[in-house]
Amino acid sequence: MILPSEQLTTYLLVGLFMLVFGIYSMIRHRTFIGMLISSEFILNGAGLNFMAFNRFLATDPAVGQIFTLFIMGLAAAEAALIISLILMVYHKYQSIDPRDVRDLKG
Amino acid sequence: MIFYRYVAEIVFFLFIAAIFFGAVASLRARYLMNAVLGLALALAGVAGLFYHLGSPFLALMQLLIGIGAICVILAFGIMTAPRPEQEAEMLGAVKRNKPLAVVACLAVSIPLILTIVGTQWPPAAVRVGDFSVKHLGENLLHQFCLSFELISVVLLAAILGALAIARIGRGDWE
Repeated sequence: MILPSEQLTTYLLVGLFMLVFGIYSMIRHRTFIGMLISSEFILNGAGLNFMAFNRFLATDPAVGQIFTLFIMGLAAAEAALIISLILMVYHKYQSIDPRDVRDLKG
Repeated sequence: MIFYRYVAEIVFFLFIAAIFFGAVASLRARYLMNAVLGLALALAGVAGLFYHLGSPFLALMQLLIGIGAICVILAFGIMTAPRPEQEAEMLGAVKRNKPLAVVACLAVSIPLILTIVGTQWPPAAVRVGDFSVKHLGENLLHQFCLSFELISVVLLAAILGALAIARIGRGDWE
């Protein structure tokens, strides 16, 4: 009997849940930091997908692991940059609500 | 032997439950710090899934980078940015854009679910290498050497950029 943890579909559905939840949460959050947290969910869902394909379908299992490592590194760099941007926005506008930051009327 | 397989299966579902509850907790949190704790729980669940996928090294990296770096950065950002009373007021139970969010989620999830369930995934004909850290390190420093250097440059640029932007925000350099 093939258990769910040995099937590719299970991991893909978990990755899909993280992507969809990240999109949902990014639209619904009212602060920049909440949106940043949602983007972390999306990036981790992508990493989980890479690892699942790597485990079940890939020729060389090192490739998917390296890709996932890069996704983690990029997520950390992105978090550091965005946090500093949020700090700057907070000092300028005294708010981290996206609706208050609208000098360009976008 | 069968017994241990089922125990591993139960642990697998516990990890998936951790992802699910972490996600829901981060969405429904009243304070931003609780949202970060939900994110940490979900990242720990993802680390467990990495372990199930045969890579203890990446599970460890996920704990170190995901929880150790990203969540700490977020916690520092929350501690320095909003004042607690503002935070409670801003992040109350009411959030916005619910219809838009539901439509966006359905538009993304329905095609992807149909694709995932309807596709036959053929396994690789030949498998070379293994999941060991040794093989991973050799690949990282030979075949993927350029990407390895690139990610270090990206990290350096991100750190310098973050420092510069945060400094400009104080108004001293303006």
